[in-house]
Amino acid sequence: MPAPEIVQALATRFSATPTSLGVELPAASMLDAFRALRDVYGYRYYVQGTGLERETTYEVVHAVRSLDVNDTLFVTVAVPKQAPEVDSIAFIYAGAEWQEREIWDLFGVSFKGHPDPRRILMPDEYPGHPLRKSFAMDTPWGYRPATAVVPEPGS
Amino acid sequence: MADPLLPVVGQPQVNEPGTALESIAEEVVRFPGGGLAMLRSDALFHWAQKSSMWPLTFGLACCAIEMMATAAGRFDLDRFGIFMRPTPRQSDVMIIAGTVTIKMAPRIRTLYDQMAHPKWVISMGSCANSGDHYRNVYSVVPGVDHVIPVDIYVAGCPPTPEALLEGIFALQRKIMEGDRAGA
Amino acid sequence: MSGGPIEIVEREFGDLALNMGPQHPSTHGVLRLVLHLSGETVIKAVPVIGYLHRGVEKLSEHLAYDQLAPVYERDDYLAPTANSNAYVLAVERLGAIAVPKRAQWLRAFVSEWQRVSSHLVWLGTLGLDLGGALGGGTTLYMYCFREREKILDFLEELTGTRYHTNFNLVGGVRYDLEPAMAAKSEALAAGIEAALPELWSMSGGNPIFQERTRGVGVISKDLALGVGITGPTLRGSGIAYDVRRSAPYDAYGELEFAVVTRTAGDAEARFQVRMDEIAVSLKLVTQIAAGLPPGPVFTRKPLKNPKTTKLPKGEVYAAVESPRGELGFHIVSDGTAKPYRLKINAPSFKNLQVVQHVLPGGLVADVVAILGSLDPVLGDVDR
Repeated sequence: MPAPEIVQALATRFSATPTSLGVELPAASMLDAFRALRDVYGYRYYVQGTGLERETTYEVVHAVRSLDVNDTLFVTVAVPKQAPEVDSIAFIYAGAEWQEREIWDLFGVSFKGHPDPRRILMPDEYPGHPLRKSFAMDTPWGYRPATAVVPEPGS
Repeated sequence: MADPLLPVVGQPQVNEPGTALESIAEEVVRFPGGGLAMLRSDALFHWAQKSSMWPLTFGLACCAIEMMATAAGRFDLDRFGIFMRPTPRQSDVMIIAGTVTIKMAPRIRTLYDQMAHPKWVISMGSCANSGDHYRNVYSVVPGVDHVIPVDIYVAGCPPTPEALLEGIFALQRKIMEGDRAGA
Repeated sequence: MSGGPIEIVEREFGDLALNMGPQHPSTHGVLRLVLHLSGETVIKAVPVIGYLHRGVEKLSEHLAYDQLAPVYERDDYLAPTANSNAYVLAVERLGAIAVPKRAQWLRAFVSEWQRVSSHLVWLGTLGLDLGGALGGGTTLYMYCFREREKILDFLEELTGTRYHTNFNLVGGVRYDLEPAMAAKSEALAAGIEAALPELWSMSGGNPIFQERTRGVGVISKDLALGVGITGPTLRGSGIAYDVRRSAPYDAYGELEFAVVTRTAGDAEARFQVRMDEIAVSLKLVTQIAAGLPPGPVFTRKPLKNPKTTKLPKGEVYAAVESPRGELGFHIVSDGTAKPYRLKINAPSFKNLQVVQHVLPGGLVADVVAILGSLDPVLGDVDR
């Protein structure tokens, strides 16, 4: 359960709404809110970044922690599925760089201003975003990147 | 007749002088100061190959830790002549220990192609045998035999070092017969 | 041909992009590092991961909550029960499932034994990396694995397997600890503690080791917090955050133990933190075995069909302190018997990211020392 003071502060300054583990922010005030969290409120420790698919939106959830008050805050930003693009906070929290690459790789949400927007876990040329609900888990592995060498029969 | 080259579990193995050669030679004549052995070159070469298998260090996942434990002091692969080499150019066995993913599969093929003939492959663990519980996942190759030809499959998740050793002995028997899955 | 000084012209050949991995004896698994070098100095280091991506998070959406605990033991494969411990904590927190006290203490017991075992593997492979397989590092490796084999024997007697013990269940643990086993654990802990000074003298007390790790790979506090590194790597930079102390779970609220920190932030500091943690864990297992509360280890009704355990709608985050750092599970449930979304907060994934910031400016020889001091496990990085 996040500390009520920070939820209140974010609600008044950045129109955040409380969720069970933290707050939800509108995409427009995202960058300012994260800068304030890091510089003003002392939430300097980056914990994790995750993606989530809902009915009509993709949610990007960044978790940050303040070591002074020992509180972890999960900040959610929702983007519509038709335009899955959100600001990158990699320049605010260095740890977000790889987590955002993973969200792009697995969910297909792109990050504006990301220093290195490549796939991280799947091969670079992989067509598809595996953690989307529309992607079947057993999509055939027969996908071969261009550099694969196919074994000859009998070899 | 029990193969005198295979250690019997629980009993210390005492090698009589000359028994190794006697087991593979067709005729041995001993005289004071030495002996004369007659054997087919096949048997001699296979015996040499099986007694000095040099695997490529190729641990992928958890099975790699059990492979490292097998190479460590208690189970000791060095007494069988097995000596891990980091480059495929100097090795003749490849022990695939762990899950094969689609990103890794071309590299496994490249490394296998770089090894010189004759070469053998031991597939260690359920993930390399068949993909284990990941076999239906989008990024996992269900079994390394989709990528390279495999000689011996060692079952387990992970196989205990004793199981890996049994797999190595099975490969030794296969080598003595002159059989291999690769070219 | 006549006199005059010979001019020596040094030509810059430009950067060399050196590919290290994914098959490499020192990358601790299938990690690929593309190093851009100018001579021996690293200018840029680009880690490429994903060679062990097994899609565990997608697999989780297709299996029931009760089936999933053993799946995660293959992620951080050096301390498997830490993964399943974090998972069952998250499920129990979301579903308000009661866990008997004895089970909580046993979870801490096995976790601490696996912490010792994991740090012994780390130390052994660090010896191989820094000393070379043929250059004396193998001695440290053999000694560490000898001690570790005794721990694995103990775990095999307790649970049936050496390290993927399948120990944690949603609602308790699978195996109980008898007094005879508790006595064995105490003797084992005393034996390993007696062997620690020898391991120290072979590693930290060796001047070559000190040269190779002192001042190498310094991670500042700001970098540590911004990147989000955890565990002994974080505590080596002076930040005393340990999940067992800051967000206690299992029995840790009632146990006494020290949170080890160092301030130097270099590879030697991280090495010292882990070595001290081995000693702390050995004291902890003796403390736990001595103070184990009586009672059952699993109190849920026997399940006719484990696939029907439903969790209420909501989300939860629960973390444990694995030997690599904070290992957390973020589960979003939609009220059915399978998770809607399960995200693993993997410590090695975050720790490995710091490599991009810390390797540049150092020498090629330091790459292996820094990677060894970060102690990544690629199953944890790629999941």
